Amino acid sequence: MWEGVVDIKSQAFATFVVLFVIVVVLGFLAARWRRADLGVLEEWGLAGRRLGTWMTWLFLGGDLYTAYAFLAVPALVYGVGAFGFFAVPYMILLYPIMFVVMPRLWRVCKANGFVTPADFVRSRFDSRPMSFAVAITGIVSTMPYIALQLVAIQAVLVAMGVGGSGSTKDLPLFVVFAILAGYTYSAGIRASVVTSVVKDVLLYATVIVVILVIPAKLGGFSHIFSVSQTALSVKNGSVSLSPKLYGAFSTLAIGSAFALLLYPHAITGTLSSRSGHVIRKSAVMLPLFSIAFAIVALLGFMALGAGIGTSAASELVPLLLLKTLPQWFVGVAFAGIAVGALIPASIMSISAGNLFSKNIYGDFFRRDATPEEEARVAKLVALIVKFGALVLVVAIPLRYAIYLQTLGGIWILQTGPAVIGGLWTRWFHKKALFLGWLVGMTWGTYMAYTLKFSSTTYSLDIFGRSELGYAAVWAALANLLTVVIMSIVLNRVQIRSSVVGTGPGGSRSGALASGPLETR
Amino acid sequence: MTGRGHLWLLAIPFVAIAFPFIYAKSSPAVFGIPFFYWYQILWIAITGIISGVAYLIAERREASE
Repeated sequence: MWEGVVDIKSQAFATFVVLFVIVVVLGFLAARWRRADLGVLEEWGLAGRRLGTWMTWLFLGGDLYTAYAFLAVPALVYGVGAFGFFAVPYMILLYPIMFVVMPRLWRVCKANGFVTPADFVRSRFDSRPMSFAVAITGIVSTMPYIALQLVAIQAVLVAMGVGGSGSTKDLPLFVVFAILAGYTYSAGIRASVVTSVVKDVLLYATVIVVILVIPAKLGGFSHIFSVSQTALSVKNGSVSLSPKLYGAFSTLAIGSAFALLLYPHAITGTLSSRSGHVIRKSAVMLPLFSIAFAIVALLGFMALGAGIGTSAASELVPLLLLKTLPQWFVGVAFAGIAVGALIPASIMSISAGNLFSKNIYGDFFRRDATPEEEARVAKLVALIVKFGALVLVVAIPLRYAIYLQTLGGIWILQTGPAVIGGLWTRWFHKKALFLGWLVGMTWGTYMAYTLKFSSTTYSLDIFGRSELGYAAVWAALANLLTVVIMSIVLNRVQIRSSVVGTGPGGSRSGALASGPLETR
Repeated sequence: MTGRGHLWLLAIPFVAIAFPFIYAKSSPAVFGIPFFYWYQILWIAITGIISGVAYLIAERREASE
């Protein structure tokens, strides 16, 4: 009856609802999985650091490959062609970096009971301001990221004809939000671990069907690419990468790989595993997800080949799937996208909660907070952060959430010198780190501003040559340069002042002076 | 732990990927997919294999200590 009016894709919606309900039930049941006291932050917010190799692999697959990326990357490829494919080299470089960096971070965090990267920075450099900087950068960068996951859910709902218009247009999103908030609050990271298994199965099933069915239906890849070239040349894109964009392409790949590992949800994901060995082994197996992701990126060309026309980027993939696959199966894919949005959104909000609880509330307001109190604050803040993300989606135009996400990538990379650099050296002076962070944040934001937030690549004049590169990388280089120069200066001043006995003597020998990093 | 030589293996994907002039061309195509694209997809797999080797070396070193 009313079906004809709003055109609900009933078959797709039926499969979608069934799968989604199963996942939600699993999410709530997850509180009982490997039962422990969820009133303690390490249990609620890191699943007790007990995930083995398979669980870590499945969990990080659910955590790092977000639904928003599954919609945005093909949309970028659809819009500009080869340049949008930088997401693939980004995923290639991610795991070698993870292999080297993350086991080290895991070890020091486990040995000292750290829950967040800011915990590590505070002890390593004996600096609350720097730890605060890392925490606030993480929280602020994470919020728009969560918002965009909600956008992805909305996109598949709208594609099925549910919500998106009329007075109740945001109602489905509110329902999803309530579910997300509920299971995150009650089961913490465990909910995401358990539901990741389902998400990954849906993801691989979808990708296999997509690669087997769609190219054949559209007349093969050579046809797809030649149609794409014609379509792209009209809008200044191309299926081949212009030499002018080489620098932008590779700085985006390298910068994004480092940035992702610095995002709170990626750090929470890796810290939840059982050991450094487990992280390494997962880093070896995770490229399997990247192959699936590369196929998803190719969807951009398939959409061009199928002649899909849309101005709403997030609708591109849903429209392509609806056009080329049986409708009931589209429901499977859409459920994968929705769950693929819930999982990172949940982990991101938990990570933001952990950061606030440990490094802002715990360090600045209640230094003697009990573990129970810490967990309570984290749960509450996770809820607030999610709500903030919901407001971003519902109350303001989508483009602002995307702008903020662009800024988030630039900002989070500025915590690199302290978090990653700190794993290898204590030579960085804490004040130098803070200054460097400030320089990176300010200049990075300024660059994004001059680009009107619509591009991430900034043309920089280096010795008379103009180099186009990822703004986050330029900002991080300025950040690092500041840290190094100021460390030389400040360390020298400090030595001199400690000779005359007025120096803060020993203030830099924090808890980690003889910590596990040195004894290794 | 001494000898982190195996970690240099992990620099290989950077060399192969960070310089697009190496692979920004369209032929030879495989199954109609231009070189630029399948080269990158192939490197996802090669990177997995390289990290696997690095993992085995790392584990063996740590076990023998």
